Amino acid sequence: MNGIHDMGGMHGFGPVQAEKDEPVFHEPWEGRTHALNRALGAWKKWNIDTGRFGIEQIPPAEYLRMSYYEKWFTRNVELLVKTGLVSRAELESGRPEPGSALRTPPLRAGGVAAIALDRGIASSVEPAVTPLFAIGERVRAKNIQPVGHTRLPRYARGKTGEIHLDHGVYAFPDTSAHGLGENRQHVYSVRFAARELWGHEAPARDSVHIDLWDEYLERA
Amino acid sequence: MEDHQHQLVPSEMALRVKALESLLVEKGLVDPAALDALVDTYENRVGPRNGARVVARAWTDPAYKERLLRDAPGAIAELGFLSMQGEHMVVLENTPRVHNMVVCTLCSCYPWPVLGLPPVWYKSAPYRSRAVIDPRGVLREFGVEIAPEVEVRVWDSTAELRYIVLPERPAGTEAATEDALADLVTRDSMIGVALVRLA
Repeated sequence: MNGIHDMGGMHGFGPVQAEKDEPVFHEPWEGRTHALNRALGAWKKWNIDTGRFGIEQIPPAEYLRMSYYEKWFTRNVELLVKTGLVSRAELESGRPEPGSALRTPPLRAGGVAAIALDRGIASSVEPAVTPLFAIGERVRAKNIQPVGHTRLPRYARGKTGEIHLDHGVYAFPDTSAHGLGENRQHVYSVRFAARELWGHEAPARDSVHIDLWDEYLERA
Repeated sequence: MEDHQHQLVPSEMALRVKALESLLVEKGLVDPAALDALVDTYENRVGPRNGARVVARAWTDPAYKERLLRDAPGAIAELGFLSMQGEHMVVLENTPRVHNMVVCTLCSCYPWPVLGLPPVWYKSAPYRSRAVIDPRGVLREFGVEIAPEVEVRVWDSTAELRYIVLPERPAGTEAATEDALADLVTRDSMIGVALVRLA
C-alpha cells in the first residue's frame, strides 16, 4: 500500500535527532512490549509480513504521532483479536472469558537465548526455484501500486537498475502477508544510480541498493 | 521536578501494557519468565559490542575478513553471535573509494544479533526519509564529510537481509590489540553514519 510508512525520499521531517547514551528501552513498558511481541510470535499465528502490514494499517496521522513501541503494541492487540488468541471482551475486562482454556506458552525462558540469535527467517538455496534475472542484468522496478503489503518502495518504482547480488530464495511479502502462500522466489540487491532515482542534481557516483523480489522486476 | 513526577505516575502506555501482559499470562499465552529473559537479553547481552568484536577480528585477521565478506553468517557465528541457521547478514566493506550506509525506509530492519536493537533515530521519519535521497546531508549532521570522489552507497533493507558496515581501520592503530580495536568501534560506524576515530 502507498502508506505513510513508505518514507524514502520524503521531505519535511527535519534533521536526524540522535540521543547521546540512549538506553535500549526508554521505559520498562517498551521492553515488555518488545518481549511480548517475540513471545507471541512463537505461537506462529502470524508471520513477519503480516506483522509489518499490521503496522502499515495504522492510520497515517496516528502512525506519525505514536512512538515506535506504541505502534507495536497497537499492532499486536489487533493481531491477537484477528487470530482469536484474545477476544475483544477479554481486552475490555482484562480477564479471561469464563471457560476459556488455559494454554501453554510455546516460548519459555530457556528458549530465549536461541531466538535472540536466530529470527528463523533463513535464506535458502532451492535449486527448484530458478532465478528470473542474472547478476549484471539491467532491470526496471515495476510501476505497480499494490493496495496490500509490499516491500517495493515507491521511490524505486519505474526506475532502472542493475542486479548486483542474488541473495537466494525468500517468501514473497505481497502474498505471504495476506495468507496467500509463500510464493518463494529470488531476492536480489539491485543497484540504482542516485541520478536515476533523484535526477541530475544527485552526486554522479552515489547509488542506492534495494533488495527486490523477482516479481517486482522486469527486464530493462 | 516535572520529570521526577512523570516517573512516579505510570504513563497510560505503561498501564495498557501491564494490563495486556496480565491477561496474556493468565490465559497461558506468554510465560512471564520468558519476557524477563527477553528484556534482559536485549538490555544486557546483545548489542553493538558483538559487532565491534566482529570488526576488530576482521581488521586483525585477513583470513577471517575474507570469510566475513564472503559468508557473513558463518563468520559471525564463529564468534558466537549468530546461529548457523540465523538470518542472512551481509557485511559491507568501507574503502577509500566507497562509503556504505544502511537504512530501512519501510520500517526498522536492523541486524539485531550484532548491533542489538536500533536507536530511535534509526527508526525515525527524518532518517528513513532522507538517508536515500540526501545521504551526504545526513552524514554531515553526524559530523561526517565524504569527499565528492568517494561513492556513497546506501543500502535500503527492504528484504530479510541484514547489513552491517565494516568501517575502515583508522591509521595509527597498527600496534593495537584486537581488544583495543574493538573498543574503538562504535555502533554508528557499523550503520555507516560515523567513521572510526582514535579516542
